[in-house]
Amino acid sequence: MFKLRRFLTDYKKECIIGPLCKLFEAILELFVPLVMANIIDVGIKNGDAGYVWRMGGLLVLLAVLGWSSAMFTQYFASKASQGAGTKIRRALFAHINTLSHAELDRLGTPSLITRITNDTNAVQQAIAMMIRLLTRAPFIIGGSLVMAMTINLKLSLIFFAAAVLIALTLYLVMTRSVPIFSAMQKKLDRIARIARENLSGNRVIRAFSKQKTECARVDEATEDLAKTSIRVSRLSALLSPVTYAVTDIAIIAIVWFGAIDVSLGGMHTGDIVALVSYMTQILLAMIVVANLVTLMTRASASAKRINEVFETEPGVKETTKNPIEIDKTAPQIEFDNVSFTYSDDGDEELSDISFSVRRGQTVGIIGGTGSGKSTLARLIPRFYDVTKGAVRVDGRDVRDYPFSQLRPQMGIVPQQSVLFSGTIRDNLRWQDKNATEEEMITALKIAQAYEFVEKLPQGLDSRVEQGGKNFSGGQRQRLCIARALVKHPQILILDDSFSALDLATDAALRKALRENTHGMTVIMITQRSATVKSADLILVMNDGRLAGQGTHEQLFAGCEIYRDICLSQQTETEAAQ
Amino acid sequence: MKQQSPVKKVLNTLRPYRVLLGFAVLFALVSVSLTLYIPVLVGQAIDHIIGKGNVEFADVARILLYIAVAVAGVTVCQWLMNYFVNLVSFRTVRDLRRAVFRKFNSVPLSYIDTHAHGDLISRVINDVDAVGDGLTQLILQLFSGVVTIVGTLIFMLMIDWRIGLAVFVLTPLSLFVAGFIGKLSAKRFREQQLLQGEISSFVEEYVGSQRVVKAFSYENQSFEDFDKFNTELYTVGFKAQYAGALANPTTRLVNAIVYAAVGIIGALTVLSGGLTVGGLSCFLTYANQYTKPFNEVTGVLTQLQTGIAAAARVFEVLEAPDETPEASGNSPAHRGEVRFDDVSFSYTPDKPLIQHFSLNVKSGTHVAIVGPTGCGKTTLINLLMRFYDVNGGSISVDGTDIRDLRRDDLRARFGMVLQDSWLFHGTIRENLRYGNENATDEEIVAAAKAAYAHSFIRRMPKGYDAVISEGGGNLSQGQKQLLCIARAMLSNPEILILDEATSSIDTLTEIRVQKAFAKMMKGRTSFVVAHRLSTIKESDVILVMRDGNIIEQGNHEELLAKKGFYHTLYHSQFGGSK
Repeated sequence: MFKLRRFLTDYKKECIIGPLCKLFEAILELFVPLVMANIIDVGIKNGDAGYVWRMGGLLVLLAVLGWSSAMFTQYFASKASQGAGTKIRRALFAHINTLSHAELDRLGTPSLITRITNDTNAVQQAIAMMIRLLTRAPFIIGGSLVMAMTINLKLSLIFFAAAVLIALTLYLVMTRSVPIFSAMQKKLDRIARIARENLSGNRVIRAFSKQKTECARVDEATEDLAKTSIRVSRLSALLSPVTYAVTDIAIIAIVWFGAIDVSLGGMHTGDIVALVSYMTQILLAMIVVANLVTLMTRASASAKRINEVFETEPGVKETTKNPIEIDKTAPQIEFDNVSFTYSDDGDEELSDISFSVRRGQTVGIIGGTGSGKSTLARLIPRFYDVTKGAVRVDGRDVRDYPFSQLRPQMGIVPQQSVLFSGTIRDNLRWQDKNATEEEMITALKIAQAYEFVEKLPQGLDSRVEQGGKNFSGGQRQRLCIARALVKHPQILILDDSFSALDLATDAALRKALRENTHGMTVIMITQRSATVKSADLILVMNDGRLAGQGTHEQLFAGCEIYRDICLSQQTETEAAQ
Repeated sequence: MKQQSPVKKVLNTLRPYRVLLGFAVLFALVSVSLTLYIPVLVGQAIDHIIGKGNVEFADVARILLYIAVAVAGVTVCQWLMNYFVNLVSFRTVRDLRRAVFRKFNSVPLSYIDTHAHGDLISRVINDVDAVGDGLTQLILQLFSGVVTIVGTLIFMLMIDWRIGLAVFVLTPLSLFVAGFIGKLSAKRFREQQLLQGEISSFVEEYVGSQRVVKAFSYENQSFEDFDKFNTELYTVGFKAQYAGALANPTTRLVNAIVYAAVGIIGALTVLSGGLTVGGLSCFLTYANQYTKPFNEVTGVLTQLQTGIAAAARVFEVLEAPDETPEASGNSPAHRGEVRFDDVSFSYTPDKPLIQHFSLNVKSGTHVAIVGPTGCGKTTLINLLMRFYDVNGGSISVDGTDIRDLRRDDLRARFGMVLQDSWLFHGTIRENLRYGNENATDEEIVAAAKAAYAHSFIRRMPKGYDAVISEGGGNLSQGQKQLLCIARAMLSNPEILILDEATSSIDTLTEIRVQKAFAKMMKGRTSFVVAHRLSTIKESDVILVMRDGNIIEQGNHEELLAKKGFYHTLYHSQFGGSK
């Protein structure tokens, strides 16, 4: 919780003035009984109706003053808590943006959603409550303690004993429930994950008629959460009754020992009454503290989860923010003995890959499922760092570049065609916010998407649902290609981007690409031998190794794996052409 | 029924816990009345402490013992009350979540397709949580509040019924003020929950596709977009919180004024001889006690209002119309005949997609569907599986209209592998077993081998027990497809549907997988949507679709001989070499 205090630094004013206003209100509250006592003791005793009216007016004045000061407290509390929550969410999202895929996989998207919303809410609520309540209770408790001490030093020991006991209870309950609250949030994550799966996989669930299984899974997860919540509530439900019991036992002790003292002539009966009423004041304040503690406990579990995100270091880090010098004469892309593993304990995904690509070349990467084609392509924009060797772009190691220089020169079409909710225009402007209509249309035309976009009633302004669900697989893929082409990138990476296209479209697209991408280096990952055939350089991947590189003719003659792939797709004469 | 407020709807869901709530009320009753009684006992004890050397220790001890018993009672009852209320609200939260999940699987698929997933997740997580928080506060405050109010009211009326009546009438004034503020701020609370949902959607979409965000260096832009929502949430959240928080000081102000009024009227009554001083002081104490529950309810007003706004969103999902009800029909025959009879369908009324489509598939036929993207191939499958219902005409399986069959029975006959390979968080074994819970380990391995997934599974650190993270983690698209194929094979369906099921698999593996499919599907009906024409050459019937209609139909040789659209499609494959 305290680690998050940096988000409150801009709200110092609110955090100080808010509680002070509350304090002022509490002090005013103390006057109310005094004034009332005066009404009785002075007004009634003297039969002075005017005095009663005057004092009554004073009561109203006190109430109005208290009200205005409370309004300030509420204002500052709302402002500081909402402000801090907003800052936390902002910082969380910004930090998540720096994380690479490995870390995001580990944290999980649904968990990140709960952390940005649910957990941040808990912290936000705790801040507001703290500003609203934290000063009043200690003030009343402290004040009552001091008053008790002035009345009877010996009996005030009972107050201290009670305070220690209550503090101990708070501490015990708090330390015991923090881990359970953490567990609870984790279980909430699990429900979020199942929800996400149930939504994204709804078709499959229905196809397999697994609604019952899914219900059982949810039932189990929700039951699990309910049980844990109930377990923690058994603990936190203890707080106020125990506080209550301790103070009341203290009252019993005060009356008893007070009685002895009175009988010995140490003090008056009225003193006991006063002590008891101070104890009652403490009790009421303590109940507030107990509620606050429950809230804080939950918030601190949430704060821990938020900090966990902040403490996750991005696996791929920029070494500089400033643009670096590049060597335009060096090969555009160069792999120098590259090896790569996703996780420390996993097998090598890529082993000893070396090749180099000149500016403007078209490179085809072909190979079996899981042979490492996509992994290889992901190293060029530095989504992952190599384990051994180096990847160089324009003569410089990709690790030397700032992301803002390395990535924008690349147009990437990922394997999974993901579009974002918005319009087609919004999606096409990803590479460049200011892309002109003309640039977008050119890109759509090359991607063979213009034909269907044009036919849509709203053309470029047609709605895209989340993920692009309202477009067919092939349409989506073509839109993703167009998105990458909009700013005429230096390097175009197509990761199996034609898989959902029919072959006529595939051929037309390749033709358009050839004609419109002069000077563009194109990396094309594919399963189709026809697609790579005319490439300047073909890389044949097999089990994470480079099984061959060269032109179609060279490889068809000299690389058995390549030959097999070609033959599986075409007749021998066609393939050799 | 339909115009019920969200509060009432939430209260309806409490019905199963009537008994628990009854106990909670009982405990509240006991603990509140004891709480009110203890000060009286303390007073009595003090009355026995008269002065130096004049203390009736026996009486004091006896009364203190009573107090001790009462304290014990209060402690236990209060704990039980808190516990029971928590029990009820957590169980209600659980029930609501379950109901929402059941809804996810019973609404028409179009509902899921057209709603932002992040927003729906937020409803399951945040809104249900807010309902639970509100509920706990409401019940706790309500129970002890009502008991306190009734108790003190009785005491006050007993002392002086006129002033008592005045307090009784005046205090709810504060509730009226609170209600007014509540009404004013309700809109903000609704907006707040709505924005929470939008933020969830945004995070779900952008963090879920972080790879694309990175590829386009879109981080800054996505951050800006996020911050727009975030800033808006701040504005709305601040207004909601502040407006909600105004209620409490204002009720307290009203109550303080009432208290002052009671003091003045009381004092004047004393002056005119209608009341004793002792009576007045007692009265004031109770007046103080009486207003407290009102103050406390408004103290948790923000939570209550968030809860109400959230409840409205939860019930919005729960009240979405279900799929058309299940027919009771059973299907007599299991031959695998499929018939499309004058079928028309469109996702949106203004964009007709499939019109007057008819097709008769005999048992055991292998049907391939080809055509340009967006021509309606996947839609045909959506209709066949009854993910969507036809707008006109009918589809029948083995002579029975599929709308007369139970959906589960219909779908159980199909094995389906879709373009988007979906796997859930769990081990590979669990994922493969999804379509057939009773599959043995041997069968699983056999299916994985047939789908050519066995070798890469074995190479994973834990083999079949390796956990796949949500969405498939580091598996390549092709590997995920192989797993989906193995899963479909294991379910051993009567009719097989492959929708671009092998698009990301290398061709060598694809040919082998096709062979395995062919072996498995011998004599069974199958539908295959594919772009790689080489893979469907062997099909019995190839349907060539364009713009929602079949334009050519026949086997590979016949279609080539026609020199029509199929001929063009087929030869485009070699476009580069000609």
